[in-house]
Amino acid sequence: MNPGWDFHALAPLIVIVITIVVVLFADFFFEYRGRFRTSQFATFGVLAAMVPVVTLAVDGGTRVMFGGAIVVDPYALTMQGFFLVATYITLLISVDYIGDGDYYQGEFYVLMLTSLLGMLVMTTARDMISIFVALETISIPTFVLAGWRKHDRKSNEASIKYYLIGVISSALMLYGMSLVFGLTGSTLLSEISTKVASIDEPLLIVAVFLTLVGFAFKVSAVPFHFWAPDTYEGAPTPVTAYLSVASKAGGFVALLTIVYFGFFDAPDTWQPVIWVLAAASMLLGNLAALRQTNIVRMLAYSSIAQGGFLLVPFAVAADGGAAKASFEAVIIYLLIYGAMNLGAFAVVITLARRTKSAEIESYAGLGSYAPWLALLMSAFMFSLAGVPPFAGWFAKFVMFRSVLEAGTPAATVLGVIAAVSSVIAFFYYARVAREMWFHSVREGADASPVQMPIALTFAMGVCGVIVLAVGVYPQAFAFLGDFAAGG
Amino acid sequence: MNWFQDWALTLSIFLPAVGMVIILLIPRAKENAIKLVALLTSLVTLGVGIGILADFDYSNTGVMQFRVNDSWIDLIQARYHLGVDGISLPMLILSMLVTVLCIVYSWNHFPEPHNPKGLLALILLLEVGMNGTFLAEDLILFFVFFEIVLLPMFFMIGVWGGPNREYASIKFFLFTLFGSALMLLGFLALFFLAGTFQIPALTAKAGIDIAHNTQNLIFLGLFLGFAIKVPMFPFHTWLPDAHTEAPTVGSVLLAAVLLKLGAYGFIRIALPTLPHAAETWAPWIGLLAVVGIIYGALCCLAQTDMKRLIAFSSVSHMGFVMLGIATLTAFGINAAIFGMVAHGLITGMLFFVAGSVQHNYGTRELSRLGGLLTSAPKMGWILGFCVMASLGLPGLAGFWGEFPAVLSAYQPAPGLDVTTFRIFMVVAAVGTVLAAGYLLWMYQRVAFGTPKPEFAEAHIHDVSKIEWLAWSPMLIGIVVFGIYPEAIFGITNGAVMKLYGG
Repeated sequence: MNPGWDFHALAPLIVIVITIVVVLFADFFFEYRGRFRTSQFATFGVLAAMVPVVTLAVDGGTRVMFGGAIVVDPYALTMQGFFLVATYITLLISVDYIGDGDYYQGEFYVLMLTSLLGMLVMTTARDMISIFVALETISIPTFVLAGWRKHDRKSNEASIKYYLIGVISSALMLYGMSLVFGLTGSTLLSEISTKVASIDEPLLIVAVFLTLVGFAFKVSAVPFHFWAPDTYEGAPTPVTAYLSVASKAGGFVALLTIVYFGFFDAPDTWQPVIWVLAAASMLLGNLAALRQTNIVRMLAYSSIAQGGFLLVPFAVAADGGAAKASFEAVIIYLLIYGAMNLGAFAVVITLARRTKSAEIESYAGLGSYAPWLALLMSAFMFSLAGVPPFAGWFAKFVMFRSVLEAGTPAATVLGVIAAVSSVIAFFYYARVAREMWFHSVREGADASPVQMPIALTFAMGVCGVIVLAVGVYPQAFAFLGDFAAGG
Repeated sequence: MNWFQDWALTLSIFLPAVGMVIILLIPRAKENAIKLVALLTSLVTLGVGIGILADFDYSNTGVMQFRVNDSWIDLIQARYHLGVDGISLPMLILSMLVTVLCIVYSWNHFPEPHNPKGLLALILLLEVGMNGTFLAEDLILFFVFFEIVLLPMFFMIGVWGGPNREYASIKFFLFTLFGSALMLLGFLALFFLAGTFQIPALTAKAGIDIAHNTQNLIFLGLFLGFAIKVPMFPFHTWLPDAHTEAPTVGSVLLAAVLLKLGAYGFIRIALPTLPHAAETWAPWIGLLAVVGIIYGALCCLAQTDMKRLIAFSSVSHMGFVMLGIATLTAFGINAAIFGMVAHGLITGMLFFVAGSVQHNYGTRELSRLGGLLTSAPKMGWILGFCVMASLGLPGLAGFWGEFPAVLSAYQPAPGLDVTTFRIFMVVAAVGTVLAAGYLLWMYQRVAFGTPKPEFAEAHIHDVSKIEWLAWSPMLIGIVVFGIYPEAIFGITNGAVMKLYGG
């Protein structure tokens, strides 16, 4: 066997590539009415890719390829599993939406799978160039997906804004990376990490700053967030769900990789920047979400705020003994956030099929005519707010744990900001619950039972079970965090 | 009985959850089935409680019994660790009993918008949180149960409450959430400094290796979390709103059990794990307690709504409990625990009666009420009985909660300033006089005289069978514990002596 190629380690990627090709060609051969089957191929391919991920995890160990540019380790496998499941659920919630809307089905799934391919590569990338390529593979298909409703001006706006921001942030990031290369003489993170601590150049600060700003755009951290609400509102809702969970997580994985495997030993260059991003995202995201009347916009600001909570462990990672706790916190938070946010979007899509509206007011009285749906939505909202017994509490908990493990004054201040923000956040999450349970159905609204397509119901069920089960027995996800951090 | 020893506590927490799930699966139209399942669940849970009472080793009340200690979240070293001792036992039984009585009472008293399925499911979920909080021996487990209580109460107030329910429900939630966020930070800080979340281990260490200033800061976090829940002055403002708007059973559960969670947190966690900080903060806790006693009492005198008046009386009464706790003496803590049980029974009863008065008259405005003794004599007498108990008449349970608490301030724990506490004692004693004033004033306006003209023709139902069923256990409890207080002191004292015996 060629020494550079480990086909077992690459198997998840290969399965997805094959699926992409199959779906693309299958689309030509199906009659128009039969094209929904492309979605079945896509979901099957995603599930099939789980198999090598599991076998690799059972096998254990670290597999290094291509001179260290690609590394398959427990961290990569954990996140690959996450991306596969998140994409699987996104596919489930897309099927009916895409089917209803008379859109181009085959292409939709091809683009989504291509983005997934980028994510899977991202988890294994340990080199600035492979990170960049992976990030672009994630982003470019989503630019197109955001403009999927091409006769809708809002969708066009969403796509254009997202595209422009994406290009600008890539440019900044690339510039930053080129400076890092100039200073360290390598694109390989393992080599960068050995050199950053000894570089005493102000330019390093600029280089790291620009790289981080590029990522800040991708994960929509304040003040680089302004594209997110418009893009989220304009894009087709399943795509929004995808952007706010999988694509965002892709950005976080990139950040995690580059911070932990690259810049870790020069914390002065990145900790203060991330501290500011985290504090601003939590405060502004939550305060802006308070004022939203449209649920998708509210979820957009909520995801900005959640991104802020996710940045908190980064901001304290190099203080005290917090490195491992912070790493685990980011992983666990991402896993839990994925389940609760996808669940919330699944409910939004189910209801939007009927009401054609995303106004929070249109949820009035939902508890009286669709109690299970309202129950699930309440669970997702309170989970996002971090109220036990739903999984969100544990995400918040591990975040606070990393802060206190660090124990520095800066970390403590950030912890207090996080605590205050999460109380603010409760207010708007509870607002959805109040609308559903405390108010009666509005005049003229249709109060017959809501139609529940199988795929959406299944997606909501899976998310609901995860949110409750992990809330009661957090070790179910905690062990994954521990596994990813290398035991 | 080995099996029971191992499973009793787990059952008493999770049986209600099982009942809740069954209720959720029954179609909404089958109301009788739903009510029956709820009642049976709560009765079986109480049965487990009685089993614990029977199997409890009373010669060793200071020892954690029925202990369960299994792994839960290995990553953060939090364990599924439960235990019951002389301090938690009375609270556990109180919580189980009140849940049963609330389900019995609500049998034909479902407030608008009716929906027994929702209300009963929430009551059972509430019981999960309440029982769990009293049994948890791990800080994180405690936190989770402490928080689980919030959601059902939020919905109970928000869906079945009065006209101002939305405001009251969100205020209730935000206040408590804010407190518990800081409390959680405190728990984590304790973990990083003392290395464990297990309450017994933390108690054994008693914060020995933590610097005093740090201890004080951590204590502040715990203090805010618990004090908001009690609630102590000046964090009490959510309580009158929540009580006034909540449906009757919501008010009863809130007064009888939920308020105790905070005080229990002080006794179980804050004071024993951080004794030095507790000594520093005790005079301030005592001060807030007596301010609460007087302030609550004065507010009562200005109320026009019967439920709101009882709510403020809770602020005042919990002030006595907190004063007992602030002395840091075994005597004061015993009194505080007795006070909690007594307040739970008495104020719970007062809210029941207030709910029935509203059910009958359609109003709780004191200016429109009157003549309850003539139109519904039995209910009038019951109200009178509860008023007497609440103002601390010797021979009834209220006396043993109030009088020893005041007395304990005469001799606070060594290290505390005696003069300060004696001043507190005098002020608190004045509070008992005020309590007699506002309670009798309320009783006079509700029960004496003749019914107001608008209700002269109205047919006022006297106490119904269901009400007798729901109320008599509490009434009997008030008398029994009043005559034989040793029934509770005997259980609590051993455990209290172990923690606070010096």
